[in-house]
Amino acid sequence: MNLLAQVPSGGPLRPLDLPDVEYSAMAPALILIGGALLALLVVSLVRRPPPWLWCVLTLATGAAAGAASLWLWFDVRDDGPVRAVADALVVDGFAVFFMVLISTTVILGALLGHGFLEREGVKGPEFYVLMMLSASGGIFMASANDLIVVFLGLEILSIALYVLAGFQGRRSESREAAMKYFVLGAFSSALFLYGIALVYGATGSTNLVSVGQFLAGNVATSNGVLLAGMVLLLVGLGFKVAVVPFHTWTPDVYQGSPSPVTGFMAAAAKAAGFSALLRIFFSTFSTLRLDWQPVIWVLAVVTLLVGSVLALVQTDVKRMLAYSSISHAGYVMIGLQAASARGIAGSLFYLLAYTFMVLGSFAIVTVVGRRGDARHGLEDYRGLAAQRPALALAFAVFLMAQAGVPFTTGFLAKFYVISAAVESESYALALIGMISAVVAAFFYLRLIVLMYTPRADGQPAPTPLRLPVSHGLALGVAVVFTVGFGLLPSAMIHFARQATLLL
Amino acid sequence: MDSFPILTAIVVLPVLAAVVVALLPRSKPETIKAVGLLATIAVGLLTVALAIDFETGAAGFQFVSDHSWIKDFGISWILGVDGISLFLVVLTGVLFPIALAGPKVDRDVKSYVAWMLVLEAGCLGSFLALDLFVFFIFFEITLVPMYFIISGWGYDNRVYASLKFFLFTLFGSAFMLVGMLTLVFLAAKGSAPLTFDLRQLMDSAPLAESTARWLFLAFTAAFAVKIPIFPVHTWLPDAHTEAPTAGSVILAGVLLKLGTYGIVRFGLTLFPGAAVDMAPLLLTLAVIGIIYGALVATVQTDLKRLVAYSSVAHLGFIVLGTFAFTTAGLSGGVLQMVNHGLSTGALFLLVGMISDRRHTRQIAQLNGLQKSMPLMAVVFTVVMMSSIGLPGLNGFVGEFLILIGTFVTHRWWAVVATAGVILAALYMLWAYQRVFHGTPTGDNVGLPDMTVRERVVMAPLLVLIVFLGVYPKPVLDRINPAVEAIIDRVEASSDYRQPAVAKAVQAPPVAADDEEGGG
Repeated sequence: MNLLAQVPSGGPLRPLDLPDVEYSAMAPALILIGGALLALLVVSLVRRPPPWLWCVLTLATGAAAGAASLWLWFDVRDDGPVRAVADALVVDGFAVFFMVLISTTVILGALLGHGFLEREGVKGPEFYVLMMLSASGGIFMASANDLIVVFLGLEILSIALYVLAGFQGRRSESREAAMKYFVLGAFSSALFLYGIALVYGATGSTNLVSVGQFLAGNVATSNGVLLAGMVLLLVGLGFKVAVVPFHTWTPDVYQGSPSPVTGFMAAAAKAAGFSALLRIFFSTFSTLRLDWQPVIWVLAVVTLLVGSVLALVQTDVKRMLAYSSISHAGYVMIGLQAASARGIAGSLFYLLAYTFMVLGSFAIVTVVGRRGDARHGLEDYRGLAAQRPALALAFAVFLMAQAGVPFTTGFLAKFYVISAAVESESYALALIGMISAVVAAFFYLRLIVLMYTPRADGQPAPTPLRLPVSHGLALGVAVVFTVGFGLLPSAMIHFARQATLLL
Repeated sequence: MDSFPILTAIVVLPVLAAVVVALLPRSKPETIKAVGLLATIAVGLLTVALAIDFETGAAGFQFVSDHSWIKDFGISWILGVDGISLFLVVLTGVLFPIALAGPKVDRDVKSYVAWMLVLEAGCLGSFLALDLFVFFIFFEITLVPMYFIISGWGYDNRVYASLKFFLFTLFGSAFMLVGMLTLVFLAAKGSAPLTFDLRQLMDSAPLAESTARWLFLAFTAAFAVKIPIFPVHTWLPDAHTEAPTAGSVILAGVLLKLGTYGIVRFGLTLFPGAAVDMAPLLLTLAVIGIIYGALVATVQTDLKRLVAYSSVAHLGFIVLGTFAFTTAGLSGGVLQMVNHGLSTGALFLLVGMISDRRHTRQIAQLNGLQKSMPLMAVVFTVVMMSSIGLPGLNGFVGEFLILIGTFVTHRWWAVVATAGVILAALYMLWAYQRVFHGTPTGDNVGLPDMTVRERVVMAPLLVLIVFLGVYPKPVLDRINPAVEAIIDRVEASSDYRQPAVAKAVQAPPVAADDEEGGG
């Protein structure tokens, strides 16, 4: 980001030395932005667009972004990582992994959103537009090679999410969620920005590679400013991925936001946040790992324990899933703490597995929430199996996967990060991770039991559930992914490992 | 048999049957039951064929099939059978059709049969797996069907009991997974590729003494909960009592054996030195379990709970024999795993039959049952005697070998444990007396005796109970080489040497009567 330095201080005026822009490197993000703009264009030109149009458009955009990501994947695999736009962006396996992941969340999020919006009687493409824009921000974060670009991506991602959280403006919870998310999010963004400033002050660059090279080549006799900057970066990103103690917004926002938005937020924001967190700490600050590893260790432990213990006492399923998503963040942190190729691959594997589990779970939460998106109490799940056996079975699969039952991706994800912790001899952390999985199993099981417990005789018959086709599709994909790769995980492990090796 | 992967077939067949059951319509419970029964019988026949084909006198693994599964972690689908696992596999194959055919289930037959089939696959997979990862996932996956069977078809307090069962076992497994990974990574130090293959891990460089102890404890934590060993046994009475009859039969007959089997297969094989160091601790806990289980069983008012506590005592014997580190003790332990599965499985079936007729399991409300159910009384007597350890029935052979094997190396533990045999006679006979003797009153009058179906279900169990009591030689001949290999391994990696007299003790125990004086 040294554009400003190019302005000559005297003499004849030279044209600004603009960098080459490699559009292909940004293709997935540009496709998503293009899809969003196209939707806005269509809605202002076409008088009565068919109701399925926005969903299909988003699906096509997501698929195109995914295809572009895969194309980049093969490029990177054959020719190695590419730096683009004056080193501001980098397209490596790691970035492409997240491009694929975030494109997937767009596709699943659109499927979740379609049935929801139809049920709630919301017309118009705004939901999809905001989701695509938000996803493009996530992709920028993943491929950022400069702290400023990370910040830009973070803001693009977040601002769209703030609006999405308040999408059901008529519900006060939704407004509250949006407000809370916005205020706290803005605060954390400010901290992140301050962190960038301090790191810049300490190292003289905001470019991730330059910072890393500077740190590798110089020994700071007094690195207080650098460490403070590192901590602020950690706080800013820790907020996004909901790591304890920066998690306090999560339950309220997850509960208040419309259910499909919560699912998308839980998957995409966490993935994007972790993409930056993993890259900055594992790659850029790798020489400082002795300084940050203990911090991550402590954060991982408190995140695991707080997430799983507080989930125990929740009576609202969305709140419970919020705490469970906090504890999932703890597992991803275990992979980071290991600070090894296996650890990062484990974190990536975990995030990919988590994406499908969490979006699948929220697909069911959306359906069970019924019109008005308000029926999220534990009691609303009682007897679901009798009413909708397939739906209950799918939810049972996702909950078991989240609990880490074998033959699901959820188990392998835990296995992967725990194995990384063991490899780097963090035995205590591995054990705490496993034990918090036992605690977590309790509340997942409680929900499964409720679904399979018949309603008491006195209780009124449940109002019928409508399972929209789009939800059914999303659930099918998520179940097949979760169980299929749970049985034959080699391809997925390979994908995660390649993404790490190409970092 | 080389070309036919019989072990994989044994594991996969129940899964396929479960899928078939899942696809059948809910409205045809009879068809579903028939499919489930046929599949379990087919698996049972396969396991018997396995036992017949098994090469006697060989210590190593047989019928091994080895296919790479998750390359990046060095995880392979390795199945194999040796003398230790062989009869547990047969036991599983025999008990499942019986458990499925015996107790009647009315509610949601489809899910019930499907879960039972999944459970069978999980159990068989655990016994056959030679890859630590594969073992672990089968070990874990058995929790899920068992959990659903208890919570779906159990008695009043089933939700609490099933959850307790699940969480206790999961807690133990947490330690095992970390221990397992530690072992694998330590074995791969020096840039060797990762492997979870038990056979390769056995041959890898020995661990440091303290590391081995920690790892042994981590593995034992999981198995101790499963067995269960004394302080972590509290889930067992609840789970057994609340489970439906078939659930109790499988839980006691097969699932508990996963723990004792795991200790022998992984604990002793991978950490022989540490096992010797830790033996006094486990022997003591085993003896406490024997006496405690028996005493608590004596004062139970619920017949099913009584049988459940008797399991705590019996499993104590198995642990005792295992950690005696003598050929006799360990052989007896392995044999007793099978015996306990047969006799306790049969007891649970009988208690289930009684409670189906009387809708109560309270001993105080039952009396004089032998007046109306003479055949039931006879069958109950035989099974009870087998559980007590009457000579001529299977329980005696196992307990005798265990006690004699323990006596030569850990005399006082054996002496105390023997008191457990007497207590077993006390609680069993006392319960029998209260339930079957006397003049029937109230609802106990005029109960129907065993139906044809119940007779058919009990017959194979009775045959095996008597057969193993009279002629255990074919079984012990297949168990012994594998046991000797483990004891040799223990001796090779520690200062411990088993006394010559213990080696000389071979089946049949009737001939070994005079050894006691020499020990």
